[in-house]
Amino acid sequence: MPQDDPTLAAETAQDAPPSVPPYVPPQALTLRINGAEHQLNIEPRVTLLDALREVAHLTGTKKGCDRGQCGACTVLVDGQRINSCLTLAVMHDGREITTVEGLAHEGEPHPMQQAFMDCDGFQCGYCTPGQLCSAVALLDEVKQHQASALTEGEQLEPGQLGDDEIRERMSGNLCRCGAYPNIVKAIRSVVLRQA
Amino acid sequence: MHSISYERANDVNHAIELARQPGAKFIGGGTNLLDLYKSGIEKPIRLVDVSRLALSAIEELPDGGLRIGATVSNTAAANHPLVRQRYRILSEAILNGATTQLRNMATIGGNLLQRTRCYYFTDPTFAHCNKRDPGSGCDAIEGYNRIHAILGASPQCIATNPSDMAVALVALDAVVHLQGPDGARQIPVAEFHRLPEDRPQDDTVIRPGELIVAVELPPAKFTQTSHYIKVRDRASYAFALVSVAAAVEMDGELVRDARIVLGGVAHKPWRAVEAENTLRGKPLSEEVLAKVAAAAVAGAHAYPHNAFKVELAQRAVVRALQTAAGGKA
Repeated sequence: MPQDDPTLAAETAQDAPPSVPPYVPPQALTLRINGAEHQLNIEPRVTLLDALREVAHLTGTKKGCDRGQCGACTVLVDGQRINSCLTLAVMHDGREITTVEGLAHEGEPHPMQQAFMDCDGFQCGYCTPGQLCSAVALLDEVKQHQASALTEGEQLEPGQLGDDEIRERMSGNLCRCGAYPNIVKAIRSVVLRQA
Repeated sequence: MHSISYERANDVNHAIELARQPGAKFIGGGTNLLDLYKSGIEKPIRLVDVSRLALSAIEELPDGGLRIGATVSNTAAANHPLVRQRYRILSEAILNGATTQLRNMATIGGNLLQRTRCYYFTDPTFAHCNKRDPGSGCDAIEGYNRIHAILGASPQCIATNPSDMAVALVALDAVVHLQGPDGARQIPVAEFHRLPEDRPQDDTVIRPGELIVAVELPPAKFTQTSHYIKVRDRASYAFALVSVAAAVEMDGELVRDARIVLGGVAHKPWRAVEAENTLRGKPLSEEVLAKVAAAAVAGAHAYPHNAFKVELAQRAVVRALQTAAGGKA
């Protein structure tokens, strides 16, 4: 597969684009998903989102826009929320992935899941797995005093997380049903309980 | 989505060696590259993963400046204590861009290399885009050009650079550190992005196979007297219609030094040097600010749908300077 003659490679790099390889074989990688180790064989072009859904058969993570605009595919990688549609599975070899299926603990819903139910934080539910993963990560970010556009680069101080802050920090998760007021309410209730 | 091969680089030299292969492209955060790959606009054949290179440190420099490694995430940079305390305008600008999910993925190097969000560039169903397909024409000039450039555009391209971070970096006199097949070089961020002229396909002056390894900031000069203002269609998660990074150094009531850099108005962060000169030695009076704002958009050329930007940019300059001088504690 690699080009052995570097001079030739340097020359062709300047010329017309080289042709697309018709087939690139799958590569072996290990993802630790929700605490369980998954040995997967995946083509490099496969996104983390597609790997989770189509290969690991964890369909809780949703594909909305597939372009990083809607947030339905939000998962946690090593504790940080990301859009799983805009990253390749192969880039995450050895990492710890948490999906919506991994939020509950010993059969009990995560406090954020319970709050979404209590506050009616959804209608159709399609964006909910992404909303939940995002909101769970938000709790950690608040504990770390992460700044936002609203804090203007200052650390977030305790008690500063009002509804505007929640909306700013959740702006990467769209809800076409418009359940935003109750999503904000659910997140606020968990933050207040943890404060 | 065509097939792509993938290799993970072990170190910078390995990355540069791998990138000599035809069709190779570095991938860091991947947020912009994979989006454009799915649209068929970027056509990488081989991805060279640089995301695990040892370029993820933020270190104080002996001269009091700061070195931010190329693979530092946008989130990590914006929240680093030294960035927040000494270069808050950078933290503000980064946090005004994208969403938490994207900032967690996106890198400092990648942010500088992101492509324009011109609708006619990002949607390949439009036939004419000189940036995407050199020589094909520009659908934006005669099209819906509300988000497009008012300064420094060319008959070939009126796209804008979408980065918030880069606007602040120019105001901070930051320098891009590159490493490539022909060695290392350094370019001020102000000279890293280019105007479209007759080569709109080239957003920056980076050479084939070159890798951004770091961005360095000189010792902080405007810590408490700077401000980044972003005007956009939504309160969050939207690109700038106009943004301004403003910094002032005051000497009593008079401005000793200033930086005024505009985003969302040109193919690169637009440093308004004439406006800065107009401001030096003067008080921040309404009269002076009006002259400064006018100087900031001198030579502006509006298109049918973006004439509002000429006025908006001036108002944003005034607001940014007033806020910067107000010195938020």
